[in-house]
Amino acid sequence: MNRYTISVFTENFIGILNRITIIFTRRGINIDALTASESREDGIYKITIELTTSEEQVIQLSKQIEKIIDVIKAFYYTDDQVVYQEIALYKIPIESLDPRLEKVIRQFNAHIIAAEKDFVVIEFTGHKEDTQSLLEILKEFNILEFARSGRVAVAKPMDTLDKYLK
Amino acid sequence: MIRGADIVVRSLIAENAEYIFGYPGGAIMPVYDALYDYSDRIKHVLTRHEQGAIHAAQGYARVSGKVGIALATSGPGATNLITGIADAQIDSTPLVCITGQVAAHLLGTDAFQETDMVGISMPGTKWNIQVRRAEDIAPAIAKAFHIARSGRPGPVLVDITKNAQTEFAEFNYIPCLGIRSYKPYAEVSKEAVQQAAELINAAERPFIVFGQGVLIGKADKELKAFVDKTGIPAASTLLGSGALSEMNTHYVGKLGMHGNYAPNILTNQCDVLIAVGMRFDDRVTGDLKRYAKQAKVIHLELDPAEIDKNVKCTVPILGDCRQSLEMLIEAVHANKHEDWLQRFRELEKEEKKVVCANDLSPTKVGLTMGEVIRFINEYKADDAILVTDVGQHQMIAWRYFDYKQPRTQVTSGGLGTMGFALPAALGAQLHDFNRQVICVCGDGGIQMTIQELGTIMQTKAPVKIVLLNNNYLGMVRQWQQMFFDKRYSFTELENPDFVKIAEAYKIKGSKVTGRAELSEAVADMFIHDGPYFLEVVVEKEDNVFPMIATGCSVEEVRLS
Ligand SMILES: Cc1ncc(C[n+]2csc(CCOP(=O)(O)OP(=O)(O)O)c2C)c(N)n1
Ligand SMILES: [Mg+2]
Repeated sequence: MNRYTISVFTENFIGILNRITIIFTRRGINIDALTASESREDGIYKITIELTTSEEQVIQLSKQIEKIIDVIKAFYYTDDQVVYQEIALYKIPIESLDPRLEKVIRQFNAHIIAAEKDFVVIEFTGHKEDTQSLLEILKEFNILEFARSGRVAVAKPMDTLDKYLK
Repeated sequence: MIRGADIVVRSLIAENAEYIFGYPGGAIMPVYDALYDYSDRIKHVLTRHEQGAIHAAQGYARVSGKVGIALATSGPGATNLITGIADAQIDSTPLVCITGQVAAHLLGTDAFQETDMVGISMPGTKWNIQVRRAEDIAPAIAKAFHIARSGRPGPVLVDITKNAQTEFAEFNYIPCLGIRSYKPYAEVSKEAVQQAAELINAAERPFIVFGQGVLIGKADKELKAFVDKTGIPAASTLLGSGALSEMNTHYVGKLGMHGNYAPNILTNQCDVLIAVGMRFDDRVTGDLKRYAKQAKVIHLELDPAEIDKNVKCTVPILGDCRQSLEMLIEAVHANKHEDWLQRFRELEKEEKKVVCANDLSPTKVGLTMGEVIRFINEYKADDAILVTDVGQHQMIAWRYFDYKQPRTQVTSGGLGTMGFALPAALGAQLHDFNRQVICVCGDGGIQMTIQELGTIMQTKAPVKIVLLNNNYLGMVRQWQQMFFDKRYSFTELENPDFVKIAEAYKIKGSKVTGRAELSEAVADMFIHDGPYFLEVVVEKEDNVFPMIATGCSVEEVRLS
């Protein structure tokens, strides 16, 4: 079992996300995280799927995804083949804001991006392990809410989408 | 500007559609209204159930190689198509299904007969789309046809809201020639062909297993040339039957659970396994962990997702198998494998003695399914089409029918859909009224779509229906006998008088219970001008052998 990122480039077609996730549900495979965004090319969407599975399985999944008519290409990568980040937001009660917390924020190179009457919101970007360890620490500070995005990733291999757009 | 409904019909005509199989209802009524005006240019067949419509479209598609068309209303009409959609998907049958949908402003409101057809059909279609504006209808249908028939064929669904059918738009049909995100054919790699040829040239015990891909790729002539040049024994999957004539000297039988003894056993003794247009279905391979482990595998396949899916291959040859076979024929040496072929013939003798003799020329009192097929072979034309339902009769008919030509077999392979045969036979017959179409059914399955006798009556399609009546859900009973201590739980049927039912539909029928009448009854059926219903009462508790039980390896195929 390994962690993989599948990058799927698709036409912007209604239901495409559904078609992709069906492939996972049918085989009983969990998606750890999923993000969708526009890609460099106009009108082409990029869906980034993070999952933990075997190489055999990730190859099969990528082929099944690519079989979807409106999918242009699905690439899969191991973690060392992608540069990736996740963003995390932490909502902390205002009472917890003390020098100890400020030190933690500095150490992690995190930021306070909102301060309201009752709470502050801390933003921190990194790999899951990093955002997770900050979460563990912030539990001491009575964290109220936590949200983490799926992975956004760009590939290291220079194989580009262009040649599949002919 | 013309009405959306007219655009639907004129788009189908532009695609040279000959038949639409369908059933009307509220949300598709504008299209039916339009059909009224075009009845001289496109024929609509009113089935008795939407499942009948889609299976008829499948039967039509399978024998013609063209796209089958099914038309239904929203809600229950559309959901009744689902079994056929799943069937067409797993058996790679090209279909365009058109369903009516509630008006766009009602979508998502649980309106009368609103069902999320795009959602429901998503896992089972090659592609689907909802169209909500009249101007989007023609492009959607053009794309649907292109996707359904190209590459690995499959079912597509176009769901059209009622307002789109009644609104007006310009009509200018532009056939779809390609889609940026969809590359249906890979270019055959010369290196892969070369590697494969080297393996084949050096092989001592090579073995060809072929499937429906050969028929879909119209590569039957190339397969024959390849087999003839290399002298390699070749065996067929269920859906591949007909792709190579069974009279060919290198043809060694059928693969899988109820296939032949020799090809199953020798799969595990070949040194190079050449798979052509087949997908290593579990009914073919038995236990994968013990399937052809000793062999180097060459896989000629169009769908990249099939490569290494079930069986890891040494050399994949992606692309259209007609092209790859042509290239392979060039690259391989002419050869003979007489000793190896002889091993197939020896095992075949054993199967003939232990199984086939009793099936085909039984000495016991009760009739066997096999002897019925024997007489069918005797009287049928060479190009007769055999349509079968699902169960023991399907396996027996497959085992004993003489397949001599491509596209002479229609059956539900991957899904195993009971009730498939009667409507599929109707569709196959409508494609060509002059071909013999023989529909072999069981007493269980025929009752799942028996209402289509009405459609046969109305179209006068001269289908020859042969009901092999064992008074049981025979295949399930066989498993109960073998694996569940003969506990025949809910598999015995109290059946109606089938011949009377046929006659009520104005179809001539007869019933045979004894061996003495069988030959003449089969002959009479073929002589009769028009549809015919022949019921043959067969032994109640016969079993189909050989058999590879679930979880067993191909070499553990049993003769009894
Ligand atoms: C729609 C559907 N339901 C259930 C089954 C399971 N099944 C497979 S074969 C069979 C028995 C078929 O009985 P019959 O049509 O009489 O054919 P026989 O096996 O007796 O020749 C059943 C129930 C199926 N294949 N399809
Ligand atoms: Mg039966």
